[in-house]
Amino acid sequence: MNRFAELLDRLAYEPGRNNKLRLITAYFRDTPDPDRGYALAALTGALSFKHAKPGLIRDLITDRTDPVLFGLSYDYVGDLSETVALMWPKATLAGHNNPPPPTLSEVVTTLRTLGKTELPKQLARWLDELDETGRWALLKLVTGAMRIGISARLAKTAAAALGDKDPHEVELIWPGLAPPYLDLFAWLEGRGDKPINRDPAPFRPVMLAHAIEDADFANLDPGDFIAEWKWDGIRVQAVSGRDEHGHMQARLYSRTGEDITGSFPDLVPSLHLPGAIDGELLVLRERRVQTFNVLQQRLNRKIVSPKLMKEFPIHLRAYDLLGDDENDLRELPFEERRVHLEKFVRKLDDPRIDLSPTVAFDSWEALMAARADPLSAGAGEDAEAVEGVMLKRRDALYLPGRPRGQWWKWKRDPHIIDAVLMYAQRGHGKRSSYYSDYTFGVWTSGDEGEQLVPVGKAYFGFTDEELLQIDRFVRRNTTEKFGPVRHVVHEPDQGLVLEVAFEGLARSPRHKSGVAMRFPRISRLRWDKPPREADRLETLERMLKDVTAN
Amino acid sequence: MRPQDILMPVPAGLCCKPGGFHIDPVRPVERAVITHGHSDHARPGHGAVLATQETLDMMRLRYGDNFARATQAVRYGEEIQLGDVRIKFHPAGHVLGSAQVAVTCKDTCIVASGDYKDAADPTCTPFEVVPCDVFITEATFGLPVFRHGNAADEVKKLLASVALFPERAHLVGAYSLGKAQRVIALLREAGYDAPIYLHGAMEKITHYYESRGIALGELRRVKGAKKADLAGTITLAPPSATSDIWTRRFPDPVTAFASGWMRVRARARQRGVELPLVISDHADWDGLTATIEATGAGEVWVTHGQEDALVHWCKARGLAARPLDLVGYGDEEEGEAVAADEAEA
Repeated sequence: MNRFAELLDRLAYEPGRNNKLRLITAYFRDTPDPDRGYALAALTGALSFKHAKPGLIRDLITDRTDPVLFGLSYDYVGDLSETVALMWPKATLAGHNNPPPPTLSEVVTTLRTLGKTELPKQLARWLDELDETGRWALLKLVTGAMRIGISARLAKTAAAALGDKDPHEVELIWPGLAPPYLDLFAWLEGRGDKPINRDPAPFRPVMLAHAIEDADFANLDPGDFIAEWKWDGIRVQAVSGRDEHGHMQARLYSRTGEDITGSFPDLVPSLHLPGAIDGELLVLRERRVQTFNVLQQRLNRKIVSPKLMKEFPIHLRAYDLLGDDENDLRELPFEERRVHLEKFVRKLDDPRIDLSPTVAFDSWEALMAARADPLSAGAGEDAEAVEGVMLKRRDALYLPGRPRGQWWKWKRDPHIIDAVLMYAQRGHGKRSSYYSDYTFGVWTSGDEGEQLVPVGKAYFGFTDEELLQIDRFVRRNTTEKFGPVRHVVHEPDQGLVLEVAFEGLARSPRHKSGVAMRFPRISRLRWDKPPREADRLETLERMLKDVTAN
Repeated sequence: MRPQDILMPVPAGLCCKPGGFHIDPVRPVERAVITHGHSDHARPGHGAVLATQETLDMMRLRYGDNFARATQAVRYGEEIQLGDVRIKFHPAGHVLGSAQVAVTCKDTCIVASGDYKDAADPTCTPFEVVPCDVFITEATFGLPVFRHGNAADEVKKLLASVALFPERAHLVGAYSLGKAQRVIALLREAGYDAPIYLHGAMEKITHYYESRGIALGELRRVKGAKKADLAGTITLAPPSATSDIWTRRFPDPVTAFASGWMRVRARARQRGVELPLVISDHADWDGLTATIEATGAGEVWVTHGQEDALVHWCKARGLAARPLDLVGYGDEEEGEAVAADEAEA
């Protein structure tokens, strides 16, 4: 347990993805079975213990410490598990009789079978045996509140690295595995065969598109391509298959292979034919696609209430078919898969699943016109949910990853405004010595005349060279410091204008300006422009009206 | 005689009227008795200064030769009569030369312990419990959540990270008087014998430690070192420098910070620390409470830090206790600012 605690502790502070991977891989290399398997289970969210609630932890500490000292400590630390871990009294057992601290396996296997009434005593015994970091990790583990910034995908990637395997391979066999993953580690260390995925509804690694640039068109023939709308939802893979008992199993996967079926139980009954659909998850109301902001209400939900399902009806818009019953279609050209897909969707005949239409075009100019005006090019009422077009080679096989030249995405031009840099904050990790997080504002008339109101925050989009320039500007033009935040000069004739690109705009009562941007980033530095010429809040409000009017 | 007639808090610091001196005064006074060299305790501009030789040397290094009109060095265990009181210095285990001051007037003994720790430290004389009637204790880490553990284990954590990331530089923020030298000595004890790099601001004081016979192995200055050569190395720097432009000379640095504050995650995260090392030069909660009990004092005065919790703890044990409202002392780590030119040195 202590070694696992050290790993969690280190991961909690490490900002860099690659460094996190190395820490986890090193742990897998140094830790024997079955501990490392349970660690992998913990990191991928495959463990849950239903009885350990914060109230129980609070009772344990109240019985053992002075309430005044606990109160002062909790106030200072601000986190219950951490406070308890730090102030847990040292065990009074004689030194040489102390039992060794529990292993992670011991904790996990004991908790699986332990009854609710025995839990407090067992937990207390472990807390006696562990050190500060060990206690902290134990409490985070049993209460299910790890929050150390590790995705299941990252943990699986770290495991794959142990055997120099592609994470996709692990992802493919993952649904057939169970903690403590002895067969997985045996295969990764070259001691055993690759585990077979007996999952009736396995994930297939997804194919991704490149962003197309103006220069690319010269080398491409419109006749080689099929175009579709690019929907502003989330990419999913919906897979159904029969298990050994002949029962239909349906699963919904994110593009990285995370099983997200639990968040969308309302879609499961619609997946009643064996096959694997590649498509976009959307919310439809009265057959109209809603904006991404609406869809967002359905994402990352552990508990899905009937009310939520009713208010945010989920929908799958299909654009590819990877498997039809027992047949793997991935080796067929896209054009043929499309024929299979159309047949499959017809056969499904379900109101929650429809076909993503193709966009007819005979030249790049024609497609450009369609992209600029989806409404008149056939997207109809859903035009607002279109964020561009997808170009797929007629002869493209379904290849995992981002193979060159097969699929292209051609987004609509993002919205752009000129805003004024108001505050800057230091970044994290590699950027911790740079002011790289920027709050920007636009002009509005206030009580004291013209003033800037913050409308968003951006921390990417600029080049390394531009980062150096902005950093220098921030350091030389700071008017005030508040902790890590610097106020940067923003007067009508003094300050820095940032061209900010963003994907969408929504009303937001939480922001002072009343609007919130989606995916804002710095697209250019306008050293040439005086702040007084930056955009006004009215411009944003107009954009908002345009959005809702359509 | 009542204890408060012997020592009482005044705006300039802790004043001993019958002895005619102040302990660690924060304003210039005629006669000062100084416990240790940290800048919040040892300030320039006093008339006469009484302190250990090391403390006097450190003040000279920091403030120049004219930091006081007259100085007198006192050894641990040496007794001196000042006015109507006798004072005696005892090791405080905080940093090199740090002392507790026992003030005795008639048959009442008060110990002003300054900053202290009861944990092992290869760079200074170990803390000594001094039996007394009134014990004046610091409370920097005066909450039961502060338990510092074994500093050697924290150094192991640092070395494990260096082994795992050999292409990155490890930058350890540490207060330049005391903490830095202790971390270096602990690294040497752990068998690390590669050169250790120093930020310019800690060179003088570190070389002073060496001149007092504390072996620290091969030390190099960061200034002038090539970026690529700093891969896999350990550098000690003042805490404020670890988030400064200065860090750009290091290859993908891992930012560590050696401090008792690192026990609390929010504190470590606030500072952007990636590798918190719980190494403290102050007593932790267990150290504070054990020391109070060991002195046998019936009355405890608590100063700078988390006074409330420690006063509560004393009262629960039937000891008379009160917070001593002294201002001007803080955590030197928080207060340390490096001047721009010094940071570049």
